[in-house]
Amino acid sequence: MTNSWTDIKNTDLVIIMGGNAAEAHPCGFKWVTEAKANRGAKLIVVDPRFTRSAAVADFYAPIRQGTDIAFLLGVINYCVQNDKVQWEYTRNFTNASYIVKEGFDYNDGLFTGYDEARRDYNRSTWDYELGEDGFVKSDIDHPRSVWNLLKKHVSAYTPEMVERICGTPKDKFLKVAQMISECSTPTKTMTSMYALGWTQHSKGSQNIRAMAMLQLILGNIGVRGGGMNALRGHSNIQGLTDIGLMSNLIPGYLNIPTEKETTFDQYMSTRGFKPMRPNQMSYWQNYKKFFVSFLKSMWSDAATPENNFAFDYLPKLDVPAYDVLRVFELMHEGKMNGYFCQGFNPLLSFPNRKKLTTALSKLKFLVVMDPLQTETARFWENHGEFNDVNSGSIQTEVIELPTTCFAEDEGSLTNSGRWLQWHWAGGSPPGENKHDTWIMAQIYLRLKKLYQQEGGAFAEPILKLDWRYKDPGVPSPHELAKELNGSVLADVPDPNDPTKMLLQKGKQVVSFAALRDDGTTACACWIYSGCYNEAGNNMARRDNSDPADLGTFGKWSWSWPVNRRILYNRASADLNGKPWDPTRKLLEWNGTTWTGDDVPDIGPTMKPTEVGPFIMNPEGSARLFTRGMLRDGPFPAHYEPFEAPIANVMAPKIRGNPVARVFKGDMEQFGEAKDFPYAATSYRLTEHFHFWTKHSQRNAAMQPEFFVEISEQLAAEKNVKSGGWVRVWSKRGSVKAKAVVTKRIQPLTCDGKTVHIVGIPLHWGFIGETKKGFGPNSLTPYVGDANIETPEYKAFLVDIESIPGPVA
Amino acid sequence: MNMELSRRQFLKGASAGVAGTTLGALGFGDIEAAYATSIRPWKLANLAETRNTCTYCSVACGIIMYSKGDLKKGEKAQIVQIEGDPDHPTNRGTLCPKGAGLLDMVTAKTRTLYPQIRKPGSDKWERVSWDVALDRVARLMKDDRDKNFVAKNADGVTVNRWLTTGFLAASATTNETAWATYKVVRSTGILAFDNQARV
Amino acid sequence: MVSFILPPAPTTDVKTTYGQEDLIKRSASNISPPARQLTPVAKLIDVSKCIGCKACEVACLEWNDMRTPVGVNTGVYDNPHDLTPDMFTTMRFTEWVNPESKNLEWLIRKDGCMHCADPGCLKACPAPGAIVQYSNGIVDFDHDKCIGCGYCVKGCPFNIPRISQVDNKAYKCTLCSDRVAVGQGPACAKACPTQAIVFGTKDEMKKHAEGRIKDLQSRGFKNAGLYDPPGVGGTHVMYVLHHNDQPQIYANLPNNPRISPVVELWKGATKYAGLAAMAAFAAIGVIHHLVTGPNKVSEEEERKAEELAGKGKTS
Repeated sequence: MTNSWTDIKNTDLVIIMGGNAAEAHPCGFKWVTEAKANRGAKLIVVDPRFTRSAAVADFYAPIRQGTDIAFLLGVINYCVQNDKVQWEYTRNFTNASYIVKEGFDYNDGLFTGYDEARRDYNRSTWDYELGEDGFVKSDIDHPRSVWNLLKKHVSAYTPEMVERICGTPKDKFLKVAQMISECSTPTKTMTSMYALGWTQHSKGSQNIRAMAMLQLILGNIGVRGGGMNALRGHSNIQGLTDIGLMSNLIPGYLNIPTEKETTFDQYMSTRGFKPMRPNQMSYWQNYKKFFVSFLKSMWSDAATPENNFAFDYLPKLDVPAYDVLRVFELMHEGKMNGYFCQGFNPLLSFPNRKKLTTALSKLKFLVVMDPLQTETARFWENHGEFNDVNSGSIQTEVIELPTTCFAEDEGSLTNSGRWLQWHWAGGSPPGENKHDTWIMAQIYLRLKKLYQQEGGAFAEPILKLDWRYKDPGVPSPHELAKELNGSVLADVPDPNDPTKMLLQKGKQVVSFAALRDDGTTACACWIYSGCYNEAGNNMARRDNSDPADLGTFGKWSWSWPVNRRILYNRASADLNGKPWDPTRKLLEWNGTTWTGDDVPDIGPTMKPTEVGPFIMNPEGSARLFTRGMLRDGPFPAHYEPFEAPIANVMAPKIRGNPVARVFKGDMEQFGEAKDFPYAATSYRLTEHFHFWTKHSQRNAAMQPEFFVEISEQLAAEKNVKSGGWVRVWSKRGSVKAKAVVTKRIQPLTCDGKTVHIVGIPLHWGFIGETKKGFGPNSLTPYVGDANIETPEYKAFLVDIESIPGPVA
Repeated sequence: MNMELSRRQFLKGASAGVAGTTLGALGFGDIEAAYATSIRPWKLANLAETRNTCTYCSVACGIIMYSKGDLKKGEKAQIVQIEGDPDHPTNRGTLCPKGAGLLDMVTAKTRTLYPQIRKPGSDKWERVSWDVALDRVARLMKDDRDKNFVAKNADGVTVNRWLTTGFLAASATTNETAWATYKVVRSTGILAFDNQARV
Repeated sequence: MVSFILPPAPTTDVKTTYGQEDLIKRSASNISPPARQLTPVAKLIDVSKCIGCKACEVACLEWNDMRTPVGVNTGVYDNPHDLTPDMFTTMRFTEWVNPESKNLEWLIRKDGCMHCADPGCLKACPAPGAIVQYSNGIVDFDHDKCIGCGYCVKGCPFNIPRISQVDNKAYKCTLCSDRVAVGQGPACAKACPTQAIVFGTKDEMKKHAEGRIKDLQSRGFKNAGLYDPPGVGGTHVMYVLHHNDQPQIYANLPNNPRISPVVELWKGATKYAGLAAMAAFAAIGVIHHLVTGPNKVSEEEERKAEELAGKGKTS
């Protein structure tokens, strides 16, 4: 989230599209109902299903899953055509006026530089034209200005085209576009609330970009009640991502080097982040300070200037990422031997379950740490039709380690609004359950001992890992949190007054501003720096005062970065630093400094007319045109899902996202509309949380049994009775379910064809209190987003038939 | 944590004005009335309170866990009720159906309770001690790492990676556990490292 | 701002604020009026803000230490399907196409005891003290005194109480009388994420409802209104409905609920004959049928009862 849950109360218009906040995040959705009740805000829901969010919306418009980009570019086109643009914001705070290189173009659904054989682009023309001074050339009226290119790009997405692709009736689309366009005035804001409904597509990143672009031209980024608000899933998925528990990340969104970056200097050479506009602050110029401080927090004294701070201790990537789809593909190919699942249930979570079972069966060992019994830990156990395997033929050794749950541990979680909140243990663990940190420490210490005793492959990074905890067998959450914050490793004298110390050895750093690139500071995660400094554990702060009564809560817990509650908040004021909307003032320039209710997202004395507000970009502005940073285009473009009921009407030859990675054998497993005529989508229900609450008896009683949802029309065609049994199958698998026949799903007309939608919720498995059941991942295709490989769970093809129920 | 401070400030807030009057109007003085036989004795009397955060979604609602026994006093503690924390700015004491049922997850019949191992080809678990389980994990890791560690790639470039074992990290553990996990996993050279961000 | 936030539940120094001396009605008994009048309380359920999440149902189960069996899906979201002795509240989902706008409206109503000012259950109950009403409006069952006859079921115009097969006693929502007694609101109101359920004094709730109705009217729901049916003397659980002119579209919420004349008749009888009259009345067959017959009192029975009672209209 750029903003926070409590900030939503400041909005005038909420658009829920690509998410279902009322069901998946009810207590956060509270702030939508507050905005409605107290500000007269309106709520729009755009979704293939009439959800429980739609049940309390002011306006609902249906859309076919997987066509959000067409819809959103249609809205941008509407705003452009009707001059509903926040012009001062767009001109000054975005890259609208920058000139793009000659040679860049877009034709027949493809941008310049496509290489079909590699399923990739040469992205060299996707960039700005630089002047002789090295800065970006700027002229909004230039034919190749970002604005003029954008205008041309979106012009194809007329209301008629939107209706043809999305199935959204033109009048309903126009009503939504009109309501949204009203937020182009500086005193009206819209907030976008989205989640997996946008990410789980082969063009998920571009779905989100399309809305971000719309929010930018409406002037809704950085302001109260606005923003791009990713609702996010699990309680600490934000934290796990921030701390970089991904194949290609170092905490704080730094990158694991690739094998092309063989030396420290070479790695740093592409991370200069030279400002692209005069006077601009480009914050990533501090990259080296964060990177070196990270290496120091890993290997401490073993990370020296002489060994480039242990740069070689880091593994080097040979592919962009070892995301879970690639890893299970490797497992399926028999190239993986061991796998750890810490609080994760991939057998139900990843696509193409048949492939997953085969993959897990090829492992030598699987270690599962979980407070609950998972299906993954029992993938070898026969559960009849719900897990029809032959245990004897599966040679995987499985080790299940029982862990504590939230109620039994202490520490911090980062919510979707970037608040790091501390919590305390209140219950004794059952059985022999142990805390995850204890388990990780025990594994580490035993592995280290083996290397000490026996030697082995490159043991140094293991042997020299900084593990100086009071009790090495169980590092305390406070010790670990202090590492995340960072500390001073050696005295640093003040260059202006050598009698004074700038930094004192042994102290916690106050924030990342104090970090250095010479090895005198350590910091595990620079964006978390400030969470636990000399002032104490700021994450445990519980002062819920809100002086401006605008939902800031600046003294409640701590938010990254540096306790800033709204990202890009400099953009809440105009070019001269005056708030766009005085009633929702966030920051104001008083002539010498920035003042206000939040921590400024800019140097506190940086003059508004000189420094652009988006300081994490070397341009200082937000990007409508994203250069070569995304693999599938500098602008979003409409692509159908890999399994779609109709061809791509804008570029009929293109299947799916033209640069999405497809593994060998998976393309053949995509189904065709002639064989699988119905457009399926998967989702969660408010009664359950993933595969956890099926273990909770009271939650199980609320939604006890696996079902699929279809329209009354499809039910009539297929002779399906509500509450009766159906079989649903795709090219990859088949499931049995109860049928819920509902008015909440309606057939859509897309490109002249009737499209029926089949809704498949995902909370059932073969362990727990609910009835045993299947999940949509028995059916879903094995393909991910072109940029970050989020599986395409939201749009695929199935067939359906009525079947007799099981004999009781 | 200073609960009293936050509670007081909360009650001073504009939003709490109504709450104050509501309860004031309900308040019928401090006289202790005889229990009517239909009214159940107060369930939370003499329980310990602990502040925590809901483990499910990333709204991160504040919760209060009520327990028999107090961990803070070194006692064994059994949680018997979980409610929303009214001091919390986001959820203001409310909870969704999942959060309202948190107690059932803590006490679920299907919680794991001790380490166990399923041997290749077997159709059942065998209970083992922590020492046996952890030593086994370390041995399996070391053997695989020593056998398959790639110090240099085909071009002779130092890459120091271990690709044959992977680690899928939790997404409801604390940041502190995440950091401890990161340190251990990265120090081994594992690259197949991922979390639940996409699903 | 968010209103009606309840303070943290106390764990020490627990004082109850009302009790036995605050009863204003007691089944099959005469009691003297209490010395003081508690401020009437009410729970307000704003159907227009309800997202059907069932947090109230789970919170109710947990607070009352109850479990309801894991059932099956029958083609709807209504799980559990009905109120039971272990399920005091349930969401009733209705897919309703508004004939004027042609738009689908998903009407979600939390069903449960309405805590009528004139409670039909209490009137029908023959067991002294098994059903009581406090001067704050809460209607509560005292299970030690319940004889499991089921008259309360027939007496209720909302079809709420359920008889347990386990202990043969009647159960329903207590409005969390134990929580209210220590200055808390009901568990459902505490949990409700959107504060579609709020709790306070009845006056405050009516005032709050006015604001909600105004907001709904401004959004085009011209018949938005407060459901506080006079036929049962008003209720201490009220609804804000977007279509208050047609409560029946909300899963058969009674348009004009009133106590069955059969119950009025029975009440009259007990007044004169007391508990001893039960057997005699059973002989007439009316009461017997009431207990063993179908849930709904038929129009025919009502007419007969009205004749018996000698009046054309119930109070």
